[in-house]
Amino acid sequence: MLNSVGREIPEKVTGVANLRPYAGAFGAAPAGRLTGPKIAAAKPRSDKLLKSMEQMIEATGLRDGMTISFHHHFRNGDYVLNTVIDAIARKGIKGLTLAPSSLNDINDVIIPYIEEGVITAIETSGARGKLGRLLTSGKMAKPAIIRSHGGRARAIECGELKIDVAFIGAPACDTYGNINGVMGRSACGSLGYAMVDAAHADQVVAITDNLLPYPLIPVSIPQHQVDYILVVDRIGDPKGIASGALRISKDPRELLMAEYAAAVIEYSGYFKDGYSLQLGSGGASLAAAKFMREKMLAQNITCSFGLGGITAPFAAMLADGLIKTVFDVQDFDLPSIESLRDNPNHIEVSASLYANPHNRGPIVNMLDISILSATEVDVNFNVNVLTDSNGVIMGASGGHPDAAAGAAMSIIVAPLLRGRLPMVLDKVHTIVTPGETVDVIVTERGVAVNPLRKDLRANLRNANIPLLDIEELQRIAYDLAGKPAPIPVTDEVVALVEYRDGTITDVVRRPVSM
Amino acid sequence: MKLRRTMMFVPGNNPGMLQNAGIYGADTIIMDLEDSVAISEKDVARQLVLSALKKIKYPCEVAIRINHISTPFGRKDLEVVLAGRPNLIRLPMAQDASEIQEIDAIITEAEEKYGFASGSIKMMAAIETPKGLMHAYDIASASPRMVALAIGAEDFVANLKTNRTKDGKELVTARGQLILAARAAGIDAIDTVFADINDEETFIAETTMIKEMGFDGKSVVNPRQIRLVHEIFAPAVKEIEHAERVLAAYQEALANKSGVISLNGKMIDAPIVVRAERVLAYAAAAATREEV
Repeated sequence: MLNSVGREIPEKVTGVANLRPYAGAFGAAPAGRLTGPKIAAAKPRSDKLLKSMEQMIEATGLRDGMTISFHHHFRNGDYVLNTVIDAIARKGIKGLTLAPSSLNDINDVIIPYIEEGVITAIETSGARGKLGRLLTSGKMAKPAIIRSHGGRARAIECGELKIDVAFIGAPACDTYGNINGVMGRSACGSLGYAMVDAAHADQVVAITDNLLPYPLIPVSIPQHQVDYILVVDRIGDPKGIASGALRISKDPRELLMAEYAAAVIEYSGYFKDGYSLQLGSGGASLAAAKFMREKMLAQNITCSFGLGGITAPFAAMLADGLIKTVFDVQDFDLPSIESLRDNPNHIEVSASLYANPHNRGPIVNMLDISILSATEVDVNFNVNVLTDSNGVIMGASGGHPDAAAGAAMSIIVAPLLRGRLPMVLDKVHTIVTPGETVDVIVTERGVAVNPLRKDLRANLRNANIPLLDIEELQRIAYDLAGKPAPIPVTDEVVALVEYRDGTITDVVRRPVSM
Repeated sequence: MKLRRTMMFVPGNNPGMLQNAGIYGADTIIMDLEDSVAISEKDVARQLVLSALKKIKYPCEVAIRINHISTPFGRKDLEVVLAGRPNLIRLPMAQDASEIQEIDAIITEAEEKYGFASGSIKMMAAIETPKGLMHAYDIASASPRMVALAIGAEDFVANLKTNRTKDGKELVTARGQLILAARAAGIDAIDTVFADINDEETFIAETTMIKEMGFDGKSVVNPRQIRLVHEIFAPAVKEIEHAERVLAAYQEALANKSGVISLNGKMIDAPIVVRAERVLAYAAAAATREEV
């Protein structure tokens, strides 16, 4: 069956029921009721503390075929996912579905457990490196399901992703299970992704290297959602969890794109006092923050709220009063973690409040502007942030489709050429974010506005930027680098790319070369 | 009026940089075959530069800095790259007029050979020695192809037996003489590069100074410097408005065949008109009209 972005979606895929083709960004009307965890009871002065990983696995009743979840707030410093899966494997449990909010390079060590059948399915936001190659290779029993952060929250809340046990790395945890992410040597900042797991999983285990006396303040994940607590030596490597302040790029090409993006914002019609903004953590997005700061100061404009994954330049704008409120689902560096801890206007939000399309109003819906990156775009403004130029999974859906759909204007910043490869194609290899939700594409050689947004194009005529049709941008790239041949793929579906509403925008097919 | 506010050097042996050199808004890009290319890579750099000239549509003037004509590489550089029809050939370490004439003859031959319009490929020279400076006017006027003189400070200062300072006092005389020579010959004067790309403050001070001295532009080594130079060279709103009024008064006087032109009681003569035209050319090229 063909979905509304022209991709052939198989009727049936091994191990997955009821594939629904994508039918427009707001084309799926949800029905039914939210699901929740099992009803629990706790007697006064009950003890949640466990003594070992082994005891933890026994206590949760984990058995073959269940679904386990983790959060990725520890990014490339995460020890929790790897050590828990190692312990599970030693117990001889098999056939698990692994459903972390995302996967990082550090999680490559679980590959043997996938090969041994401990994990037979993966539902996540994306993967890189060896894990990405593994997912693309078709060696899993069923295709990976790729969800955006908002889409994952939706799937958990409506029961499509039923988590049996959530293992939550807790930088600070008190003796009755209250958790926050801002204290301790493994502080990661916001626990926005984990909040959804904690609220909906049947069993919730806090794994901490920082057990504190009751009661812990502030609380991100409260005691009434937490069944057990396990204390370990280290839950993560601080160096991998958060870098020092992410710095503004000095790459002249990224700076140029950032300057164009800032000019787009300035002339878009949305750049007014009280506007709202989401920035990605990529080089050009961060650099755009520098130019936005200059323009906001010069024109005496402040931002009512900033949203998303938070970085040092954003935290600095909050501290300086240029942004009134920051809503934070994830932190990328130490200054943003400190800001969340210390600044009362820096607010932690769950992935559902951030971006779930099937609740009564996620924050992305209130966004004026989002600046996002892309691996590839096409002449229909569709965006791929998942697969590379060989068709291999090497990225993540993340908040991309969510912020693009929610914002009144979404801006994609991406180079027109990466090395010798054009990045504006006839068709992206994998549609993660549909073109109807993408308004502007900024490259180093010109800016293209989605023809659906004639208003925006008219506004940008005065912006003193090279305004081109997307086809002209593509022609420039093809003139320089030639037209890339499509990546040859087999019929085997190795991953389903779910839109935030649960429909399928695309599937990843195993490349012939793998 | 051709502006040369920024002439950006790009190493001739770096395909990525050559590919993207045109996107940053420099008035001129200078593909370098000289100092940024190791001797072992001179041959490939020539071919790369030739391919870039033929393949890539640059939105600006493209110059090639060849090796000095007295080295084994200079003639070879010309032999290869002239086929790509660069806009401009830049000679480093110019010492006297004969070098310019020698290159002029080679270019003339190439224009005939490839069927390019006669005189279409221009030249400029960098003065990097006291001897070159003593001959600067002769060099500047040695060929009708000559469009600019540049000063190359590093070698020059070494030859002076001193060092570069933040305020540039060691170059005051040389910069002044170079402008005089260029102006006497009716061509552009281009200031030297500023290598510490992270020291924006000193870069801005130096660029402001050379603009006030009369230079037409500055050589730059990094795209990040372009915006700064263009901002400094952008006329203020007041200057632009005045220039517009001057030209309007001039046009009106021409239409009325009136001999004496005045604006707000002040007489407008030819140099004032020329200056107004120049202000408007810079304003048109500037990204934004900077507030006073």
